[in-house]
Amino acid sequence: MVLELQKPRPVWQIMFSTHHTDVGYLYTITGLTFLFMAGVLAMIIRTHLFFPGQGVLISDSATFNRIFTVHGLTMLFLFALPVANGIGNILVPIMVRYKDMAYPKLNAIAFWMNPVGGALLWLGFADTTWVSYAPYSIIRAPGPAADMFIFGMKILGISSILSSINFVVTILKCKHPDLPLRRVPLFAWSMLTVSLMTIVAMPTYAAALIMMLTDRLGISGFFNPFAGGDPIAYLHLFWFTFHPEVYIFLLPAIGMMYEIIPRFSRKPLYSQASGVFAFVMLGIIGFASWGHHMYSTGMDFTTKVVFMIGTLAAVPASGMHVFNFLATMWGGRIKFAAPMKFAVGGIALFFSAGAGGVLNSAMPLDFISHGTYWVVGHMHLFLTGTIGFGFVAMVYYMFPYITGRMYSEKWANVHFIGMFWGTVQVFFTQHLLGLEGMPRRIYDYPPEFTSWTQLNQIASVGAWILGASFAVFLASLIYYSAKGKPANMDDPWGLGGKYYYPVAAKNPHGGHSGY
Amino acid sequence: MGHDTAEWVFVAIVIAVLIYVGVDSWIVQKAVEDVPADAEVIKVTGQQWFWSFEHADGTKEISTLHVKKGHAYVFEIYSRDVMHSFNIPDWVVFEDAVPGHTNHAWFAPDTAGTYPIQCREYCGLLHYNMRGSLVVEDDKS
Repeated sequence: MVLELQKPRPVWQIMFSTHHTDVGYLYTITGLTFLFMAGVLAMIIRTHLFFPGQGVLISDSATFNRIFTVHGLTMLFLFALPVANGIGNILVPIMVRYKDMAYPKLNAIAFWMNPVGGALLWLGFADTTWVSYAPYSIIRAPGPAADMFIFGMKILGISSILSSINFVVTILKCKHPDLPLRRVPLFAWSMLTVSLMTIVAMPTYAAALIMMLTDRLGISGFFNPFAGGDPIAYLHLFWFTFHPEVYIFLLPAIGMMYEIIPRFSRKPLYSQASGVFAFVMLGIIGFASWGHHMYSTGMDFTTKVVFMIGTLAAVPASGMHVFNFLATMWGGRIKFAAPMKFAVGGIALFFSAGAGGVLNSAMPLDFISHGTYWVVGHMHLFLTGTIGFGFVAMVYYMFPYITGRMYSEKWANVHFIGMFWGTVQVFFTQHLLGLEGMPRRIYDYPPEFTSWTQLNQIASVGAWILGASFAVFLASLIYYSAKGKPANMDDPWGLGGKYYYPVAAKNPHGGHSGY
Repeated sequence: MGHDTAEWVFVAIVIAVLIYVGVDSWIVQKAVEDVPADAEVIKVTGQQWFWSFEHADGTKEISTLHVKKGHAYVFEIYSRDVMHSFNIPDWVVFEDAVPGHTNHAWFAPDTAGTYPIQCREYCGLLHYNMRGSLVVEDDKS
C-alpha cells in the first residue's frame, strides 16, 4: 500500500488522491456545500414571496430571476448529481469487489470539473431559468451570464458523461468474477442504470448547448425563429435529455433506500429480482415520456397521446420499488434510527409525488397544472421529498463509517421532524397554489388575490421550518464529526445479526470490505 | 429472491388505474379539442410584456379583452419575440405563444364577469407583470 491511513489525514492527501473513497468524499462534501448555498437562495425566494408587492426583500425582478435560476441549477447539477456520484464512488467498487474505480484518474478529473462548472454558474448568475428555453436564451438573455451558463453546463455535462463511463466499466468489467451481475447490490444496479442513461441522454443536450452558443453568437439559427430556426426543436432536444435526467436524479436515491431498509428492518430484501427489473424498466421507459413537458406547445392530439402512454408506463415500475420496500419492512423488527426514518419518510413522499405525476400526465389536467406552482410543488416533492430524504438518510448511514463517530440521534430526530413537516407544508401548499392559477417563476403577484397571498405565506413558513431543520443538520454534521462519541464500527446502531457494513469507507487504503 | 402473487396483484391494480386515467383523459381531451364550427376567431399576440388582441371585425385591444357571454371563441396565438403562454386560469385556456408558430385554444364563456389573463411561460424581466383581463359581457343584441 503506497498510502497508509493516517489519523487524521491532511486534507491535501484527500484532495489530490485518485482513490475512489477519497474522490467519493470530495464529491459528497462538494455536493453538500452546494446544497446549503442553494438552500440559502431558496430561503431568499420564499421570504421574498411572503409579501405581495414589489421590493420587500429583492428590489428588482432581474435579481429574482437570477436567484431562482441559480437555485435550480445548483440543486440539480451541483447537489443531486455530485452526492449520488460521491456515494457511488465510495460504495460501488466495494460492492463489485474491485480495488478502485476502473479509471481512477478519469474519476478525479470528472470530480474536479464540478467546482469549475459550479464557479461558472455562480459567477455568471444567469437569468435564463434552468430550462433556458429558446429563443429567450438566445435573443434576450443578457450577456456574459448566459454564455457562462452555457460553458458551465457544458463542463458539468462532460463531467457527468466521464463519471458514467467509469461506473459502467467498473460494474460490468471489473466486477469480481465470482459475483454474478444479478447479485450485485441494488445500489450498484441503480448507479449502473443511471450511468447508461446519462451516456445515452447527455450528448443530446451537449449538442443543443453548442447550437445555442452559436445561435447566441449569430453564426447559426437553429433555434432562432428570426433566422429561420424553430424553438420547439430546442425543447425536444432539451427534454429528451432532461426527462431521463429526472430518473438519473431519482434512481440513486431509491438505490440508497435499498441499502438502508433491509438492514434496519432486520430482514432480507423482499425481492432483488423485482428491484433490478424495476430499475431497468425505468431506465428504458424514462426515454419515452419527454413530450409531456410540451403538451401546450401546439402538439397534435396523437403525439400527446403517445407521450401520455409513455409517461404512464413508468408508473408500474416505480410502484414495484414502493411495493418492494413495504414488503421488506412487513413483519420486520424495524429499528427507526435516523437513516430508517429518512428512508421511510422519503418513500411516503415518493408515493405522493408519483400520484401527483399521474395527474400531470393526463392531458386535460396538464393544461390546468402546467407552468403553475403545481409543477413546482410536484417536482420538489421528488427532489426534496424523495432524493433529498434518500441522500440525507445515506449521509446519516455513512456518518459513523466515514468519521468513526456517532451523530446524535436526538438532533437527527429534530432534523427529521422539521424536514418532513417543512417539506409537506411547502410543497403540498404549492400544489394548491397551482390550482389557484399562480404561474411559476414570478417575481411578484397582485396583493388583491388573497388566496395567493395566504397560500404563499403558508408555504414560506414551511420553507423556514425546512431551512431551520437543515441548519440543525449542518451544525450536527460539523459538531459530531469532531466531538461525537466514537462509534462501534462493527454495529453502530446495535442491530445485531449478520449484515454487511461499508466499513472500508473509514479505512480506504486497507482493511476488509465487509461485503 | 422470488416473486409472489401479492406483487403481481399490486402491479395489476396499478396498471388498471393507469388504463382508467389514460382512457378517461383520451375521451376528455378529444372533447376539449373539438372546436365548434361557429367559433369566432380572436388573434392573440404576445410580446414582452403585454398581450394584444384583434377581433374578427378588426377591433384591436391591448391587455383587456372584451367578449360576449354565450359565444364560442377560438384564439389564434402568436408571439412577436420569445415564448409566452396565453392563460386564462378561470376558463382553463392555456396554450404557448411560440414565435414562428400559430397555436389554437378555444372557450365559450357562460358567466359574465372579469377574469385575469396572464403569461405562464417565463419570458424575462417583467414576466410576472404580463397580466391582462378578460371581460365577459352579457349579449344585449
